[in-house]
Amino acid sequence: MVRVVNVFKRFGENEVLKGINLEVLRGKILVIIGPSGSGKSTLLRAINHLEAVDDGEIWIENVQVNLALKGRKFEKHINKIRQNMGMVFQHFNLFPHMTVMENVTMAPILLNKIPRKAAEEAARQLLEKVDLIDKVNFYPAQLSGGQKQRVAIARALAMEPKVMLFDEVTSALDPELIGEVNKVMKKLAEEHMTMLIVTHEMRFAAEVADEVIFMADGVIVEQGPPDKLLHDPAEERTQRFLAEVFK
Amino acid sequence: MPGLDLSVLPEYLPMLLLGLMWTCILCVCSIAFSLVAGVPLAVASISRNRWLRSITEFFLWIFRGTPLLLQLFLIYFGLPQIGVYLSPMVSGILGLGIHYAVYNADVMRTGIVAVESGQHEASRSLGLSRAQTLRKVIIPQALRNVAPALGNNLIALLKESSLVSIITVPELTLAAQRAISDTFRPFEFYIAAGAIYYIVNYFLEMGLKRVEMKTALAR
Repeated sequence: MVRVVNVFKRFGENEVLKGINLEVLRGKILVIIGPSGSGKSTLLRAINHLEAVDDGEIWIENVQVNLALKGRKFEKHINKIRQNMGMVFQHFNLFPHMTVMENVTMAPILLNKIPRKAAEEAARQLLEKVDLIDKVNFYPAQLSGGQKQRVAIARALAMEPKVMLFDEVTSALDPELIGEVNKVMKKLAEEHMTMLIVTHEMRFAAEVADEVIFMADGVIVEQGPPDKLLHDPAEERTQRFLAEVFK
Repeated sequence: MPGLDLSVLPEYLPMLLLGLMWTCILCVCSIAFSLVAGVPLAVASISRNRWLRSITEFFLWIFRGTPLLLQLFLIYFGLPQIGVYLSPMVSGILGLGIHYAVYNADVMRTGIVAVESGQHEASRSLGLSRAQTLRKVIIPQALRNVAPALGNNLIALLKESSLVSIITVPELTLAAQRAISDTFRPFEFYIAAGAIYYIVNYFLEMGLKRVEMKTALAR
């Protein structure tokens, strides 16, 4: 479903991804952990080309994301691909000038040419799923962080993506609000949504992941099923990180 | 001739009100023009295309750096020399409209730049193009955020609209002047015109406040 082949990324002198390889199969959940500055967010953002990589290939299904196209052609190509990938951000990034309903329906109406009525019906079902059906006509400023993040998830799901990317989606939340967002993600896991999740929460990682990757300094240090990697890691670097986290 | 004598006003009130009507028409048209033209100017001034950006900046710089009165003269007296004849009213709307479109573009540009990058990313990650993102996500937020500053520009436009009396648009200031040349009562009529400007401005400001309040939630 998602394949990353030997990807490199530099910011000036600073090399943040140094030859990353990974594969996520359909319906599987990959959780990426690691210290800050390890390149895990950059990797996630590279997958839908919010960051252009310097070298390597990124594939979703049988389409290469970072094709060597120029200008408008590439724009068209990447917009098409992004419509198949949902992304949820640490800071929600809801559109503050739109209601919850408008946030969720804007992209389907504009891009899929779905009639407003149908888009709103679909949005209602999504908002039901994230437990926010009573906030349909609220503006983001009227919502709590946890509610905002659940709207953001519904907004991404509205495009019926094949893959969902979660970039530290609970890091900016008050502790008591993390649970409600995790619950929604677990629901998606049960529906076999393909997901890549960058997180600092080891407990959550252990619960939902099919596979966990530990990254440090731009490389994948260790990779494995959550039971093994989180509780009995082979690499010394992983052990140190987990010891630090669980302290 | 005694000091202030307001009893001369009623007779000329219809004349002043007619002037007010023209002022209103003039201002509504040039406000609309300045807002509508401001958006593409603002977008062009931060375009990724270097040529478009440079040309736009040059245009903005010219219109910001020269007096409005001179611009009005150029449009009304200058253009006929190259065969373009515009009525005083159209010249006035064009002059005020372009001049304030430039100021509005400046304000809008800062508003667009100030929208946080996360909004771009969220929109692009949904699959919207750069243009769609600008139109649906960035510009609406930018306009809301700079609404107070735009409001100040519009109030300034209303006041500066008195300048077009010089190119014979029969608006409020010119109406007052005509009443004065009939009566030789400059004090009374300038004060009356000033009062009318003030009242119109007051309503404009109230309107702008309402717009601000309405959009306060959606920021």
